[in-house]
Amino acid sequence: MTASNDKKATDAQGAPLAEWPLWEIFVRSKQGLEHKHCGSLHASDAQHALQMARDVYTRRQEGVSIWVIPSNAITASSPDDKGAFFDPANDKIYRHPTFYTIPDEVGHM
Amino acid sequence: MYTQSFITADPIKPTASAQVSPIEPADLMAAFDRVIDADGRIEPQDWMPQAYRKTLVRQISQHAHSEIVGMLPEGNWISRAPSLKRKAILLAKVQDEAGHGLYLYSAAETLGVSRDSMLDALHTGRAKYSSIFNYPTLTWADVGVIGWLVDGAAIMNQIPLCRCSYGPYARAMIRVCKEESFHQRQGYEALLVMMQQGTEAQKAMVQDAVNRWWWKCLAMFGPPDEDSPNSAQGMRWGIKRISNDALRQKFVDATIPQAEILGVTVPDPDLKWNDERGHYDFGAIDWDEFWATVNGNGPCNKERLATRVKAWDEGQWVREAAVAHAQKSKKQERAA
Repeated sequence: MTASNDKKATDAQGAPLAEWPLWEIFVRSKQGLEHKHCGSLHASDAQHALQMARDVYTRRQEGVSIWVIPSNAITASSPDDKGAFFDPANDKIYRHPTFYTIPDEVGHM
Repeated sequence: MYTQSFITADPIKPTASAQVSPIEPADLMAAFDRVIDADGRIEPQDWMPQAYRKTLVRQISQHAHSEIVGMLPEGNWISRAPSLKRKAILLAKVQDEAGHGLYLYSAAETLGVSRDSMLDALHTGRAKYSSIFNYPTLTWADVGVIGWLVDGAAIMNQIPLCRCSYGPYARAMIRVCKEESFHQRQGYEALLVMMQQGTEAQKAMVQDAVNRWWWKCLAMFGPPDEDSPNSAQGMRWGIKRISNDALRQKFVDATIPQAEILGVTVPDPDLKWNDERGHYDFGAIDWDEFWATVNGNGPCNKERLATRVKAWDEGQWVREAAVAHAQKSKKQERAA
């Protein structure tokens, strides 16, 4: 039962076979709603990733549309800069409706 | 399905990013503790102490392995299920277990450990999975009992994990829990049909399956609290929310009334409702037998592992072919 250790798989060029690439999966649960990130999976290419995503993430009709995106194609903001990066929005409380006092008799606005 | 995470020899070599000194920088540690104390969530790119990462990798990968190996005892019954309806249900359930394994491997990968290294740890016997799957499924009633009791115990364990401090694990568990309820109900219903409409022999078969699985399900919650030195750290980190013994008690209290409706008994002469405590009292678990199975000497340990390794090895050409196909399509696309 050590076979998986002995024979290392290779690709067509004889290089060691890497894992299938990682894909991030986004599912639209119904028409009118946005695609939402639901997880990731490994697949050999985009078409394969779509089929895998259907089986892994929509076994109970959780989706009407799927996006798959190579994980390494995502650029993310750095968590270490969380403070500085989002700081500009911090002191602009006048952007919120609750900043403004309106007389009660005006009713809902 | 799920087991507690056991501390054994470290099965996975962490990748380069995980190789840092165990003495953590005080400022980062303090910021991390503040998030945990406020019952906040940690996400993959956030700084986290090495020990927290290691604990999560071990627990999530063990959990994923349990889902994957958990397909085997029931998979044995797909072709022998008594009707087309039961075959279809069992197929769907086993497919769910595969899905649960995939959600969990993905969650573990966010901690910087590769899928292949986790699988390698499983296939070489370094990684643990739930011991419950090292027992055989002797009759059709075992399939029902696995759904009712094994998945029932798993649900008890998993619901608190939906509030785990590590975001990707908690989100995976929410998905798993949504699907697990079907697993428990289909098992209970299959047993109910046999108990209410079956022959005497079928009823005896159900009782026999309950007798064989009951104690093993109670052991699934892990060692008693006083023998779980690592539980406190898991609690501190918001990975574990409820202690082993408390979960076990909840499971017994929830299950005994279900057994009464089903018309079976559990094989425990000490089981008795305790009015004062408001809980059932129950007998002592045979932990020697449990640890023997965890450590590789259960009835099916070797068979389960051999089946997994065979499936992996025989799938090698599929993995290679898929990559070759992807490369060829890419080349054709570029040429066009």
